[in-house]
Amino acid sequence: MTPTTEATTPAYTKKDFESDQTIRWCPGCGDYAILATVQSVLAGLGIPREEFAVVSGIGCSSRFPYYLSTYGFHSIHGRAPAIATGVKLANPKLSVWVVTGDGDGLSIGGNHLLHVLRRNVDLKILMFNNRIYGLTKGQYSPTSEQGKVTKSTPYGSVDNPVDPVNFALAAGATFVARSVDVFRQHLSDTVAAAAMHRGAAFVEIYQNCNIFNDGAFESLTAKATRDEKALYLEHGQPLRYGPDKSLGFALKGASLEKIDLKQHPEREKDLLLWDNQEPSGTLGMLANHLPKDPSNPVPLGIFRRLEKPTFDAGMRAQIDAARAKRGPGNLEKLLYSGTTWTV
Amino acid sequence: MSQSDSAVRPNRKVETLDQVVIRFAGDSGDGMQLTGSQFTNTAALMGNDLATLPDFPAEIRAPAGTLAGVSGFQLRFSSYDIHTPGDAPDVLVAMNAAALKVNLGDLRAGGLLIVNTGGFGKKELEMAGYPKSPLEGDALRAYRVVAVDLNDLTKRALEGLGLSMKEALRCKNFFALGVCCWLFSRPLDPTEAWIKTKFAKSEQMVEANLRVLRAGFNFADTTELFQTVYQVPPAAMPKGTYRNVMGNEALSMGFLAASELSGLELFLGSYPITPASDILHTLAAYKNFGVTTFQAEDEIAAITSAIGASYAGKIGMTTTSGPGVALKTEALGLAVSLELPLVLVNVQRGGPSTGLPTKTEQADLFQAVLGRNGEAPIPVIAAASPADCFYAAIEAVRLAIRYMTPVILLSDGYIANGSEPWLLPKVADLPKMPVRFAGQNGEPVPEKFLPYLRDEKTLARPWAVPGTPGYEHRIGGIEKADKTGSISYDPENHERMCKLRQEKVNRIASDCPPPEFEGDEDADIVVLGWGSTHGAITGAVRQARANGLSVARCHLRHVWPFPQGLGPILKRAKKVLIPEMNLGQLWRLVRSEYLVDAISLPKVQGRPFTSSEILEKIQSLS
Repeated sequence: MTPTTEATTPAYTKKDFESDQTIRWCPGCGDYAILATVQSVLAGLGIPREEFAVVSGIGCSSRFPYYLSTYGFHSIHGRAPAIATGVKLANPKLSVWVVTGDGDGLSIGGNHLLHVLRRNVDLKILMFNNRIYGLTKGQYSPTSEQGKVTKSTPYGSVDNPVDPVNFALAAGATFVARSVDVFRQHLSDTVAAAAMHRGAAFVEIYQNCNIFNDGAFESLTAKATRDEKALYLEHGQPLRYGPDKSLGFALKGASLEKIDLKQHPEREKDLLLWDNQEPSGTLGMLANHLPKDPSNPVPLGIFRRLEKPTFDAGMRAQIDAARAKRGPGNLEKLLYSGTTWTV
Repeated sequence: MSQSDSAVRPNRKVETLDQVVIRFAGDSGDGMQLTGSQFTNTAALMGNDLATLPDFPAEIRAPAGTLAGVSGFQLRFSSYDIHTPGDAPDVLVAMNAAALKVNLGDLRAGGLLIVNTGGFGKKELEMAGYPKSPLEGDALRAYRVVAVDLNDLTKRALEGLGLSMKEALRCKNFFALGVCCWLFSRPLDPTEAWIKTKFAKSEQMVEANLRVLRAGFNFADTTELFQTVYQVPPAAMPKGTYRNVMGNEALSMGFLAASELSGLELFLGSYPITPASDILHTLAAYKNFGVTTFQAEDEIAAITSAIGASYAGKIGMTTTSGPGVALKTEALGLAVSLELPLVLVNVQRGGPSTGLPTKTEQADLFQAVLGRNGEAPIPVIAAASPADCFYAAIEAVRLAIRYMTPVILLSDGYIANGSEPWLLPKVADLPKMPVRFAGQNGEPVPEKFLPYLRDEKTLARPWAVPGTPGYEHRIGGIEKADKTGSISYDPENHERMCKLRQEKVNRIASDCPPPEFEGDEDADIVVLGWGSTHGAITGAVRQARANGLSVARCHLRHVWPFPQGLGPILKRAKKVLIPEMNLGQLWRLVRSEYLVDAISLPKVQGRPFTSSEILEKIQSLS
């Protein structure tokens, strides 16, 4: 739902969104940072606490609802998007969130994720991507890099990974973003932007599993290198990054060309202005292709943000239209309709 | 022809019958289901009791003229109370050679066989595997054969209308219908009215079908094909208003009724599957009743979306058939653990795997009763007949919301697509089943809401829906601590929760009517059935009793847990016979539950029991 600022909504603090359950993630897990950030964001949305329903699947990330003081639903592996669709259709007033992981959302539940995104159900979907199966103790996941050596792939994984952002763009999601567990402010802004979006909002959150895949995102998150490795996508702003914003990208044919502005200051005008309303998803995919070359930065922020009619509103509108046209259902009339005879 | 003289002709012999079983058979493109339905509606309007059995291939259009492509529709109409679509047809209408080949064996000796000679060309005979035409020689001499070239007569009736040959031939089923209407003294008005509505978009098609229908009627009237005209007077039915209804239709209306009686909107999550899809189609059209129908991406999303809707305060339901239930099984377990209301409808078909999608079976009873991981009890109820589906749907919802539990409702292809007259209830007479959501009745908000604190009588937990302030809580598929619902791995707690969930379902056994029983209490043989065998068993037992045998019958609406009162019935009988369209699933459950040495009468042919099959077994036991 669109956040409201009704006077009746209490002014919450983060604490109001903490539950009484003991948190059981491993010490040092990236999930703690995400939880704290989300609790703060939810508190600031102006939505009554009882109107949040948070649905999850199975996996470490899916324990999330237990640690929020909202209505919470820890379900079965991969099915959270479908359950959340039912919740939202049943009560469109609710702010419905899905918390999932790379295995839950893209392996066993990939089908549901595809359909919830292409339907544009008004759900906020947070996918914690740690590129590993944590709860089952360390098998490779559908987002693990090719050749990944794990317990289930002692000779390295053979499959190509799926990229969650590309998946969401291709599925037609109306809001697609990426952030990182330890980039608190960026994560907070990104989750808040997702919360404000009307429609299916998909946020991939890079999350470090310090037990089974420690340092998966270290080249991006290390303090020393993060300015070189993070490319922040900001709508209407040129694609620039680097410690002194001296690097950037221009569109060249069907790819992005890296430009060193120190050497070529005259080319600043060529830099691509980021457009997250570009509807085809082509720009988003181009930017998302950059990290294939390890010398390139990783794009973070909002890849796409489009206003489109939502599935839940459309379904409700059909019911309203049917009632307006035919009047509310009359059971007696229905039973006695068609050909009847009396004995 | 005026409408009034569609009555009996004075120049023919008139014979009055108390029942007729007629089967229309043709290619799946020949419109046999439609012909059968129209003849059924007319019989209903004439006050006959009736029962129908459509039988069609899984393929939409199997190659024309092949045995695999034969589609049939059997109707039994009568002037007395009947329970099945009949055993052997008295009349067979065969539109082509393949239809004759597939169906002839069922026609009773001396039966009337109306064949369309236009469907017995060289090609049709070859495809049906007839080396020479069965219409020649004496292959059919056991029957009264009326051979008519319906193709030619239809084409001639349509001359000058400007239809192509193909379009014209498509009308030939109405010629057959016209002939049958004359033969059984049926008026054409209901079919004419139907044609005018159905083909309203094309004046030409209305004209064509009307012409052919009337041509068939007049042809039968003016030619000397039939020496006798038959009458089947109305049946003495209980007073009231009736309509003809198919099982899936009655089921859909039952859910709408349950919605009204409970004051809750319906949410149907479903994925198309034969033979359950018609429920989705039907409910999708009733949006003005506040029904949300969600055609999900798969069977799993269908049930999980319904669970989500139940969580948010709707009547969540999902409709499917056996293979779909297999996919939904994990989610059913979740619903057991969450203790949320949910109705799963399984319109059973032949299995295993894809099995026989368009044929009937009752072989999913074990799946319903036992088919989940862990201790996951779910009450199972079954519909007995097409009209009974209405009441079964209401009962499923009642149990689901009263006990906060998933409920499985078993129907099957036979009653889903079969039809019968339904004595319509008054909505005001149906019992209300109001729901109390926690925190919405003006009660003070508790200090700490306990989502698994149970009702003393039913052991149901409270239903607190998102949006209710002060009742925020977490639920999930991990074992919950008693009362608080927090995650718990405590061994004693797990055992307590398993027993509580079991006990809750067990209590339904004393919250439902005793099993339906007909006959003398001290009868030697009790025939026990569940689901759609109701009609065949009733017919067989009544016949056996009329023949002087000591036999009674017992029927289970509540299949699991077994209702109170079943044990004594089975234990006092000398013999218990259990006919089922499976290899003995209720039989095994009864033996294990009551240590009764019951006798199984299994049948898994994709076809329902005939009464005579059961009668024969009863006689052999007597």
